Amino acid sequence: MDLKNHDTGFLLKLLEQMLLIRRFEEKAAQMYGLRKIGGFCHLYIGQEAVAVGSIAALDLGKDYVLTGYRDHGHALVCGMSPNAAMAELFGKATGCSKGKGGSMHLFDTEHHMYGGNGIVGGHIPIAAGVAFKIKYNAEAGVVLCYFGDGAIHQGVFHETLNMARIWNLPIVFICENNQYGMGTDFRRVSSVLDFSVMGGSYEVPAKQVDGMKVLEVYEETAKAVKLAREEGMPSFLEMKTYRYRGHSMSDPARYRTKEELDENRRLDPILMHKQDLIAAGLLTEDEYKAMDKRCIAICDEAVRYAEESPVPPLEAMYEDILA
Amino acid sequence: MPVITYREAIRQAIDEEMARDERVFLMGEEVARYNGAYKVSQGLLDKYGPRRVIDTPITEAGFTGIGIGAAMAGLRPVVEWMTFNFSLLALDQVINNAAKLRHMSGGQVSIPIVFRGPNGPAEYLSSQHSQALQSLFAHIPGLLVVAPATPYDAKGLLKTAIRNDNPVVFLESELMYSWQGEVPEREYTIPLGKADIKRQGRDVTLITYSKPLKLVQEAAQRLAETGVEAEIIDLRSIRPLDEEAVYSSVKKTNRCVIVDETWPFASVASHVGWLISCNCFDYLDAPVEIVTSEDVPMPYNHRLELEVQPTVEKILRAVERAMYKPIGTFQ
Repeated sequence: MDLKNHDTGFLLKLLEQMLLIRRFEEKAAQMYGLRKIGGFCHLYIGQEAVAVGSIAALDLGKDYVLTGYRDHGHALVCGMSPNAAMAELFGKATGCSKGKGGSMHLFDTEHHMYGGNGIVGGHIPIAAGVAFKIKYNAEAGVVLCYFGDGAIHQGVFHETLNMARIWNLPIVFICENNQYGMGTDFRRVSSVLDFSVMGGSYEVPAKQVDGMKVLEVYEETAKAVKLAREEGMPSFLEMKTYRYRGHSMSDPARYRTKEELDENRRLDPILMHKQDLIAAGLLTEDEYKAMDKRCIAICDEAVRYAEESPVPPLEAMYEDILA
Repeated sequence: MPVITYREAIRQAIDEEMARDERVFLMGEEVARYNGAYKVSQGLLDKYGPRRVIDTPITEAGFTGIGIGAAMAGLRPVVEWMTFNFSLLALDQVINNAAKLRHMSGGQVSIPIVFRGPNGPAEYLSSQHSQALQSLFAHIPGLLVVAPATPYDAKGLLKTAIRNDNPVVFLESELMYSWQGEVPEREYTIPLGKADIKRQGRDVTLITYSKPLKLVQEAAQRLAETGVEAEIIDLRSIRPLDEEAVYSSVKKTNRCVIVDETWPFASVASHVGWLISCNCFDYLDAPVEIVTSEDVPMPYNHRLELEVQPTVEKILRAVERAMYKPIGTFQ
């Protein structure tokens, strides 16, 4: 990837967004340890380049994002306030979903972030439904639909890929292959190791992308978005990535070796992008430290906001069910 | 007033709502070129074109989910399931998404969608194709469940369902499609959650909805011949449920039989029976009786399949129990 093709501000923005996610997730882990956050909490640490690089290719005035339950990163990149996101993790009334959704169900319709879905693969046809609306109304938008390698074998993925193709829906399916569906190595449960071949079954253009390289993610997504926007052609991108934490907070991740983890840590998307920027003379170590400080301060403030926010009143349980 | 079939009433409702609102579209298996597996959508493709009348592959979960996503994004889909038996493939989409998205987004989205098609037993179809599944949907908060039994009710309620901002499960029936009834030419709608007194009476309340209505009407006729005046409450909508209409009738007659073609366990009938026991206990002169299908999968053999379902005889026997008297001796 040639950094010269991009505006410096844009390159720095990608770094800062990844760093914000990293610090937010570290804070979430810490708060989970303090029992401020409960239930399932799936951290995005290690996968930041996927959400940051791909959403950078969107215009969220007209484009949409839907994802699964590992959704904090996508929500933040779409523009959700870290305060509202953290408050939701805390189950507070000021959370983006009023404390009713929690970690897995971050929604911010104002920024076209339509969840935050807890059933593996269950949101894939929902995302195609949003793309259907775009086409029905002859709008110019595109939908990015994210899911993990665990979702790739669900029936609705295949059903939806087929319908997206026959109806020319403007959607990009993004499989974030972090290599483990919970504790199961994808190689143990998939008949193919290159998921992108699945696109061929439905004549949907597909390819593998290095999901640890934020610029590669951006450039490949931008091509797919252009194809969807201009030709109504859906695409399927398999982003090869890696999560450094367990599946959720309760997972010690004993199914992989320390060596494997260490090897992948050398491919840290934040570290690699930072090094590229420093090598190109676009960033100094001090500037990076200042950027990091800003991100930490934002996350500290999010925790303070969440802590001080009120819990939902009991009668709230009867609200927001029917329109 | 014109007499039309239930099928035509449904078709008119969809047609009128599509004409009224550009956001309304119809999707499902065989709805377009084939004009509907049961000919409900006859002529709609010709009138509205393939953008708004859409044939889908046989992928219930997939196209139901696409409908839900389109609804969340602002359209108003009518999703046809060829039969409710196939809706089971789409249950994850309906229960986890249609019924939950508004809640778990803290009210940021609404899901204005209608899921409709034939539910319940028809004839000679055995167990996978003869299931009355309303209790399953009625169990889920976040869904509305509507089950009209006459062409008039079907048209007025479907129009309301399409205009409603929530997911509505709309239950029809293969056998009801050819039933006839008067439907006015002028436009009308019927609110959800409003039961209809299909027959006034003072001696016993017969509560039902959907296809068993005809059996209940026949039973009421037989009862009238013996001097028993039954009141028939057609619930028409299960969620919301018109509890007031039920209670005021039971408080008048003091006796109640609920006729429901679902299985008995955790059914609409058992729930309504419980509500009556809680809210009308001091008015009841006998325990609430329930007539449902037998607690078995549907057999193919016609004699067996008819006997599995509620019958006029079963209803009359239940009325006898509720009145502590054999039919014919009550005066």
